[in-house]
Amino acid sequence: MGKRAAIVGFGQTKGSSSRKDVNGIEMIHEAVSAALADAELGIEDIDAVVIGNMDHFEGINYVDMWSVEGSGGVMKPIIKVTTGGTTGTTVAMCAYYHVASGLFDRVLAIGWEKNSESDTTGAIITAYDPIWERPNMAGAIGGLAVDASRYMHDHGVTERDGARVTVRDRLNALNNPYAHLRQEWMRGKDVATLVDLLVSSEENQVLAYPLRMSDLCPRTDAAAALIFASEDVAETIAPVPAWVLAVANRHNTVYYGDLDWSLNETLEAASRQAFAKVGIREPLKEIDVCELYLPYSYAGLAWIESIGFCGPGEGRRLLWDGVTDMDGEIPMNPSGGVMSSNPIGATGVIRVGEAAIQIMGKAGLRQLNRDVKIAMATGFGGCYWADVLLLGKNKPL
Amino acid sequence: MKDAKPTCEGRIKVPYKWFVGETGSRFFAALRDRCEIWGTRCSRCNKVYVPPVKNCWGCFQPLDEWVPVSDSGVVESFTVARCPDAMFGLDPPVVYGLIRLGKASGSLLHYIGEARPEEVKVGMRVKAVFADRRSGNILDIKYFAPVRE
Ligand SMILES: [Zn+2]
Repeated sequence: MGKRAAIVGFGQTKGSSSRKDVNGIEMIHEAVSAALADAELGIEDIDAVVIGNMDHFEGINYVDMWSVEGSGGVMKPIIKVTTGGTTGTTVAMCAYYHVASGLFDRVLAIGWEKNSESDTTGAIITAYDPIWERPNMAGAIGGLAVDASRYMHDHGVTERDGARVTVRDRLNALNNPYAHLRQEWMRGKDVATLVDLLVSSEENQVLAYPLRMSDLCPRTDAAAALIFASEDVAETIAPVPAWVLAVANRHNTVYYGDLDWSLNETLEAASRQAFAKVGIREPLKEIDVCELYLPYSYAGLAWIESIGFCGPGEGRRLLWDGVTDMDGEIPMNPSGGVMSSNPIGATGVIRVGEAAIQIMGKAGLRQLNRDVKIAMATGFGGCYWADVLLLGKNKPL
Repeated sequence: MKDAKPTCEGRIKVPYKWFVGETGSRFFAALRDRCEIWGTRCSRCNKVYVPPVKNCWGCFQPLDEWVPVSDSGVVESFTVARCPDAMFGLDPPVVYGLIRLGKASGSLLHYIGEARPEEVKVGMRVKAVFADRRSGNILDIKYFAPVRE
């Protein structure tokens, strides 16, 4: 028992603000069909299914059963996983555990969300403790704003620095046909001009200080699916499987007031564990590409410091020096990232899938112009918990 | 294609009552009856928890030592919510943030009042303003107001 496991297939739907033409089940079917086609497998080849979303976004609590027309899970083992923002990365990790345990050879991992079907802020408020914090705080934006305002204060970071992250991700999204926000008006303009436009625009209103519209991810409808396979079959399915090198997860304390706001503690600890497993000492040099769950602009500065790509307060230098751009030393979010699509339950699956296709060489226009040996994907959840996955081209020892 | 019925609408309204427990209730009773703020202390970890916790997160031991905590403290971080939201029940702009009280190890998440949004800064000293009518919940603290010297 105990097997190496790899990703051998990935499929996703195009993100949009509202998929009016399909219901949730039908949207899941599109992603599953795309993943099966990518791996050249049939649903009969799948041994088990892991599926996830956040119950409150659609108001359906038995998604594992409800979705079988879309998941293809009729008379198969199915497990539903819900961990808030990290749902998609946890779905991927759970599918990996299935295969790595030696109990299953081919496991389908599905994430999906139809944010258009309910009130995202109203649903996210359920992530806060009802007695101590829910009465005086609401939704997703406020918590992130409190984080951003502390980070700006500690490091003298400006709104131009935040906008630099947005510009990178949204320019990258122009290469991704599945991205929700493809802002064509940005095409061909240089970075400094775009940053100036964002911070001077009156339409770009402040939602919660210091966060403007352009600092935040969209609400997206989309589904995504991955196929994990054991070492016994992976290489017969995919010419270049994306091997799982390490997975790590950390949770912290629940109250916002008790977190250490000088860093993202859970992301730091999970990254450190994953790097130790793979023997990575200098993440900036050794990792070839990242798909990071960055739901708002300043996370693209602060959290890359927590991961260990640079020291505290140095994130903005990496951004402005172009180190994280497509042709930089450590390209981040070639897909356009969460800033360009956030179908919450699917978002983590997309991070892992986009990291995998860079290794598999299937990323199309957003494929890096170099050999990708190690790719990193992360997940972020509500009151600061974190998932980290490292994928590799070489089969782990 | 023209749909006869593109959506089916619904609203799920489920009543809940969340039990505060004896530890939280003791905090709320002191707040309601005497306008006092108390925390639980872990001597092993040298931490004072506000809100109080029954069991220490650091060492997983039960806590039974209560300590009074000052009703004034420092703004650790904050935001100014500019969009109306049903959950606030307040008109924007709404200022709220993390307030570290006296010797507490962490902060309390709460509103900041009696200050223009542009006046609020990280590091600013604030003091609790209590609600006139208190019913034993976290909103018995109305908000924290700047300490003007
Ligand atoms: Zn302790």
